Amino acid sequence: MVWYIVRRILQVIPVFFGATLLIYFMVFALPGDPIIALGGDRGLNPAVAAALRAEYNLDKPFIVQYLIFVGGLFVGDFGTSFSGQPVSDILAQTFPVTLRLALLAVTMEAVLGILIGLFSGLRKGKLFDSSALVVSLIFISVPIFVTAFVAQYIFGVKLGIARTTVGAGAPWEDLILPAVVLASVSFAYIVRLTRTSVIENLNEDFVRTATAKGLSRPRVIRVHILRNSMIPVVTYIGTDFGLLMVGATVTEGIFNVPGVGRTLYQAIIRSEGPTVVSFVTVMVIIYLVANLLVDVLYGFLDPRIRYAK
Amino acid sequence: MTATTVATTPGTGRDKGTPLLDIRDLHVGFVTQNGIVPALNGVSLTIMPGETVAIVGESGSGKSTAAHAIIDLLPGTGKVTSGRILFDGQDLAATSGKAFDKIRGNLIGFVPQDPMSNLNPVWNIGFQVEETLVANGRAKRGKDVKAKAITVLKEAGLADAEIRLKQYPHQFSGGMKQRVLIGIGLSSRPKLLIADEPTSALDVTVQRVILDHLATLTGDSGTAVLFITHDLGLAAERAEKLVVMYKGKIVESGPSLEILQNPQHPYTKRLVAAAPSLASRRIQGSHRERAALDQVVPDAAASRVTAAPVITVEKLTKVFQINTGKLRSQPFTAVDDVSFSIPKGTTMALVGESGSGKSTVAKLILKLESATSGSVTVGGKDINKVSGRELLALRRQMQPVFQDPFGSLDPLYNIGSTIAEPLVTHRVGSKKERHARVLELLDQVALPTTLIDRYPNELSGGQRQRIAIARALALKPEILILDEAVSALDVLVQAQILALLTELQSELDLTYLFITHDLAVVRLVADHVSVMRQGRIVEASSTDEVFDSPREEYTKELLAAIPGTGIQLGV
Repeated sequence: MVWYIVRRILQVIPVFFGATLLIYFMVFALPGDPIIALGGDRGLNPAVAAALRAEYNLDKPFIVQYLIFVGGLFVGDFGTSFSGQPVSDILAQTFPVTLRLALLAVTMEAVLGILIGLFSGLRKGKLFDSSALVVSLIFISVPIFVTAFVAQYIFGVKLGIARTTVGAGAPWEDLILPAVVLASVSFAYIVRLTRTSVIENLNEDFVRTATAKGLSRPRVIRVHILRNSMIPVVTYIGTDFGLLMVGATVTEGIFNVPGVGRTLYQAIIRSEGPTVVSFVTVMVIIYLVANLLVDVLYGFLDPRIRYAK
Repeated sequence: MTATTVATTPGTGRDKGTPLLDIRDLHVGFVTQNGIVPALNGVSLTIMPGETVAIVGESGSGKSTAAHAIIDLLPGTGKVTSGRILFDGQDLAATSGKAFDKIRGNLIGFVPQDPMSNLNPVWNIGFQVEETLVANGRAKRGKDVKAKAITVLKEAGLADAEIRLKQYPHQFSGGMKQRVLIGIGLSSRPKLLIADEPTSALDVTVQRVILDHLATLTGDSGTAVLFITHDLGLAAERAEKLVVMYKGKIVESGPSLEILQNPQHPYTKRLVAAAPSLASRRIQGSHRERAALDQVVPDAAASRVTAAPVITVEKLTKVFQINTGKLRSQPFTAVDDVSFSIPKGTTMALVGESGSGKSTVAKLILKLESATSGSVTVGGKDINKVSGRELLALRRQMQPVFQDPFGSLDPLYNIGSTIAEPLVTHRVGSKKERHARVLELLDQVALPTTLIDRYPNELSGGQRQRIAIARALALKPEILILDEAVSALDVLVQAQILALLTELQSELDLTYLFITHDLAVVRLVADHVSVMRQGRIVEASSTDEVFDSPREEYTKELLAAIPGTGIQLGV
């Protein structure tokens, strides 16, 4: 198991360098000069522009810029945004917001998705099951920005029970509505995944044997059906958590959540190389860690993997 | 239900007069879109306390349905439509839900068929034994239950139970898993144990040890046993009473020996005649004129050795590297210095238990694996020295038939294309000629030519295996490698396929390498037998010699393990 984790961590290294280099290059290759754009209509004094270029290392060749950036990363220097704020500060402000949003969304989708999926699977073909399938299909097929606007309109404008946008400091209660919207699609997938998994396990020989052993129906469901059905679902939830952590650009934009997704979007619009690259780098790492955790969790849930040499 | 039942137990348990289980006119059906399809039509049987009864029948006869109906474990669409299942005075057909939890596991134990799939892979063995004990009130959670679980496993024959508790099912062999399941089934000292084909997935020698053990355990505790099996020999050996089922009905029942020696119903007669474990002679093809000779000269088989060998295997060795740790590996000799030769037109049986290396030998001969050392000569050519076109030509002479008729046919190919596939691969004939050949082959394996555009899932296991044989014969090979080719089939179907193989052999002068774990089948088809153990051939001689005067202890063990060998038949 330890060896397995070490190997997975070693795999992160090439992915890290590959991803950062690629992203750095793409930002570098974006058309337009970000320094001139900073000056707006009036234009910048050439001396000021040159000084800014030197400050942000934009006068150096691409590979040197990249190496300076990567070197900085290792001493905790994520560069500085054009507004003069260290990127590490921006990260520190935005990530906690996204983390809270992701936690809310994942908790909702996991609890509801697994419960509804379980009942759906146990009552295959009945009314509850068919309704769950239809509802989940709707959530999957409607684009998330539509869900977001509808939710804003109904809960924020018509019913007035939630705020349409997230206020300063992003309090928990403001995050609920965007979290619900974020959770909707994954919830639908979890319902379907759990349902399929439960139906599969229902027909397993060991489930029949568990009943024959004299176990009560609730125990058979909990210990022998649900536990076994959780393996693919947990994998999905872990990956989804990684995805949510790296920011839901659309949803954060609509609800004005001061999280990673919205900040990154704005940085891209402004061609802020260091900000974009730093954000994406952190996202890559988070995503890799999330995947690593999923693999470890998988081993925990399934002893056949845990003990595989 | 419980209070009265438990109170009256000691009295009724000793009293031979009242049956423990009394099934009366049981009808079970499966609900489908076209109404209820009956599976059991008026089944009645009784089991006395402490008695062992076996239900015998082929797949689809309803024997498992009967067992599942008793403990309310019918699959979703199945239900009891009428009849009564009286267990200790209580009608189980009218019991359901929570009330049944107190019967299952507690009063009626269950040992399922396939040990591989009947333990939950994500929980350790200890957990699965302990939850049974707790559910049936045999132990409280905590230390007590662990000690009890160890006792259960030790009784079931797992000596190192303490260590085993923390292990997972995938770390156990099939035989060990079945021991665990037997332990679980008997853990509450039930009055009745239902054992649904408890050993059909295991090697014969393991089967014998486990059944002996089961008999001792149930004998000691006075538990009645209901055996479900397709193996007549096994049933007769293990049960006092036999119940023969056919198409959802009981066609015959009575004391085991009586049924075996004097079967009344035509179906039972066929079953007795077909049971390989009970038969004693090689099947003779009609074209084979040696039949008469065989009886005059006892050693006729040996004289056939003079015919030129088609396959010669010399000092064949195969070493696999087995991963043992992170980067280490260990050599494992799967086939160790194996030599034999098969004369043309004869059958050589390679017998051994799982892991003995018999299937690896087949793969080496087919060149699906390459040998570490030694040589395989087929038709005068060393297969390790040929490649390309020549190898292809060699492969045409040797065709394999595998065990699982459900897995070896592509479900998306119709029968015609399945049989024609080797012809297409080897570019034999035009489309028209291939079609003609397919029809001819279907005829050879005694299948109607109308099957040509049907699909495998529309056919029975026996029909599928015939298709697999037809496919193997498509290229007019000289040699068939039959790897457990009849092991997955019901006895009657098995007998038909064996007869077909013998018929084809004498007709086409085929040479067979017959790989099997089932010595009983060997007697029916083989001229020579090589017994393999741990990669080596421990005994090789003519079939009659092996059966009549085995030299090796291991061969004797294998022979003794064939169920029903000691039973004298009246047929």
